[in-house]
Amino acid sequence: MTITLQIDGKEVNAKEGMTVLEAAKEAGIEISTLCYHEKLKPYGACRICSVEVERKGRVRIVASCGYPVEQGLVVRTRSPRIDKIRKVIIELVAPTTMVDGEVAGQIKKLAKEYGANIHRFESRFRAKPTRCILCGQCVRYCDEVVGEHAIGFVGRGIERRAAFFPEKARACLTCQACFDLCPTGKIPSETDFVVFDGFSVDDYLAGKL
Amino acid sequence: MTSKRISSPEGLGQLRKGILSKRDPNKLIISICTMSVCGQSRGSVDVCKRFKDEIRHAGLENKVDIRETGCQGFCEREPVVIIFPEGIYYVNVKPDDVPEIISTTLVKRELVERLLYTDPTTGKKGAKESDISFYKNQMRIVFGNNRYINPRYIDDYIALGGYSALSRALLQMTPAQVLEEIKKSNLRGRGGGGFPTGIKWETTRNAPGEPKYVIVNCDEGDPGAYMDRSLMEGNPHGVLEGLVIGAYAIGSQEGFIYVRQEYPIAYENAIQAVKQAEEYGFLGENILGSGFDFKVKVHLGAGAFVSGESTALMSAIEGKVGEPKMKYIHTAVSGIKGRPSCLNNVETWANVPPIINKGAEWFNSIGTDRSKGTKIFSLVGKVNNTGLVEVPMGMTLRRLIYDIGGGIPKGKKFKAVQTGGPSGGVIPEQHLDTPIDFDELTKLGSMMGSGGTVVMDEDTCMVDTARYFISFCCEESCGKCIPCREGLRMLREILTDICEGKGQEGDIEAIEDIAEVMQDASLCALGTTAANPALTTLKYFRDEYEAHIKEKRCPAKACKALTSYYIDPEKCTACMICFKNCPTEAIHGGKGIIHWIEQEKCIKCNTCFEVCPPRFSAVRRISGEPLPPPPAPGTKAIREKKR
Repeated sequence: MTITLQIDGKEVNAKEGMTVLEAAKEAGIEISTLCYHEKLKPYGACRICSVEVERKGRVRIVASCGYPVEQGLVVRTRSPRIDKIRKVIIELVAPTTMVDGEVAGQIKKLAKEYGANIHRFESRFRAKPTRCILCGQCVRYCDEVVGEHAIGFVGRGIERRAAFFPEKARACLTCQACFDLCPTGKIPSETDFVVFDGFSVDDYLAGKL
Repeated sequence: MTSKRISSPEGLGQLRKGILSKRDPNKLIISICTMSVCGQSRGSVDVCKRFKDEIRHAGLENKVDIRETGCQGFCEREPVVIIFPEGIYYVNVKPDDVPEIISTTLVKRELVERLLYTDPTTGKKGAKESDISFYKNQMRIVFGNNRYINPRYIDDYIALGGYSALSRALLQMTPAQVLEEIKKSNLRGRGGGGFPTGIKWETTRNAPGEPKYVIVNCDEGDPGAYMDRSLMEGNPHGVLEGLVIGAYAIGSQEGFIYVRQEYPIAYENAIQAVKQAEEYGFLGENILGSGFDFKVKVHLGAGAFVSGESTALMSAIEGKVGEPKMKYIHTAVSGIKGRPSCLNNVETWANVPPIINKGAEWFNSIGTDRSKGTKIFSLVGKVNNTGLVEVPMGMTLRRLIYDIGGGIPKGKKFKAVQTGGPSGGVIPEQHLDTPIDFDELTKLGSMMGSGGTVVMDEDTCMVDTARYFISFCCEESCGKCIPCREGLRMLREILTDICEGKGQEGDIEAIEDIAEVMQDASLCALGTTAANPALTTLKYFRDEYEAHIKEKRCPAKACKALTSYYIDPEKCTACMICFKNCPTEAIHGGKGIIHWIEQEKCIKCNTCFEVCPPRFSAVRRISGEPLPPPPAPGTKAIREKKR
């Protein structure tokens, strides 16, 4: 069934079950993303793809990567409110991706686009920059596409980390499918499989790795 | 094995008659809360054991029964002992009080005056619950049965008419009629969201896909809140009966009770309740001969606050990490394993049997226009009567805090009340006459939430309060989405800095920016509401933020980094009390020599302030102004002549 909706003032046709992000893409309307990947299930972690949707006169902000298209839906991919969300999100993740005074990878492009002050929260950021924004693309690609489950999340909240599971990471030597996915370029720059020798997940959790 | 299964409504009636006929109405019953964590921690188990020993000793076993119950509400006065049939109410009972209670009250049928409750405002003693202001203003539809029930003993619940609502629903009503009754009752979700329960049920009922699931959410985790725990501990069958009725209305054959790991008694009581209900045939196949089948599994949580969120809870039941997912399709339609799943809070389910028994019209007669029925609150913090209270919706905050709570201790001034836990916010004095319901508190920027009510007095710093709740959420956020994870991290850093006197120009704007983005863009309700404590404290106490940032002053004199302790030489009588109590030996002086505090050694533990006798009040807390110099070494104190 074809569904007609409006994105940024443009009539767009979409198939039932599609997300707003996919419909926009097909119509040539670009929405910024950090955790989205077309081969993976919608995850909704980065919230960069937030858009305004209007339905029966009610305006909501939703993650376009997960919101299903609906007949008559009115979508705005840019607005002062949306731009502020994207700007502040970039400002919040900037300190963790900072390398030599500059933010890494796609964060740099987005910071420019949305006028984010990448140094806004720098002085208050007291953790060690990990360069990882926890978009989970590597984790999910390994689970959903490769099927190796060699990388996963450990810890909760601000302690959350993406970690290779040493027992599984042998496969990574030849696979390396996640290398090109990372929006901040952390994986290819930091993955050195030798360090996993003799370590287990327990070691990782105990902070030895 | 003889089957205890009841296969008809008549069977239930006979069972109840049988239970009641075995009970001697002349027998005295001693009700003690031993099946609740708070009662236990205050020594109720020892009191109960002493009763058992002494009663055996006195040969009174045939005249007195002991009923071990769950929470009875007045936690501040635990261990509480209630003696039925009169309902004589003793507070703060110690094991050594037991012989006197037995000889005076059980044998001579007289009161032990000193164990009665004394009203802190009127000074009057009350012999029964109905004489006590804490109880007088309550309406305990859901929570009132706790004091009559040993939760490990299904017969106690049946004796009170338990499972009669189930019998009525299953045999006299169609599922559609049950659903209609709940819809008409206007019951709304007690977990905090306030979503109309009937509409949620209907959504799951009408959603395509089998099997359908019904779930009890007992993953309560707000700081200071323990309503759900006390219901699950004290009256698990009340919750279970509601669940089975809901399952019948929805067309579900399988249910879960999700209990957080930190609630061992609630977990055990839920398991026992399911087992006993199965034995009687209130669960299983062909319940009460109605043809309706339903089974329940008790699921132990793995210790994460965020697991109380519906998608996270359902992931946890599936055996995955309890982490929220996007839910643009509601869990009522696509929940556990993608099947329609109806999740309601403990208290919501517990409201179902009374509604079926007494009708939607009765329920609608209680409460406000859009919030019907009662709500249980855990009244804690700086309030005289702490405990669990159940009141009709629409009672004002002032009545809750003053009439039931007995006001603020030690004559201090009320400052604010935090409602709705870490997702809620603070409400200041000028709004104390607001009626409590789902909508009114939301208008103030807070929410009623699941019922946590933390009262704060003038000594509480509002920036520090915001910092506390933000830190709580920061530790409990799953970390999946950026606004919640990084927003909370940064809010915590900024608020901590402000409390430590390191606040900067622009901090308030930064807090507001982050809060706005968290509200707009976070993945789940933990993130969208987590900034509320910061926003409401800013809304009502912005001057306190500004004092911290610009003047490096904490108006409540609570933030350690901004507060110094000083002994007024004019008032100090060199009584040596603070001198002796200071843990770091920061206080100098001696007998007859005025005391003074060496600031470098002072850890601001507040001990000197607390121990200085009120008639001297020589220790002062100073914030935001220069500290007067200490007296010249060896200055002698001028003492008033002893009278």
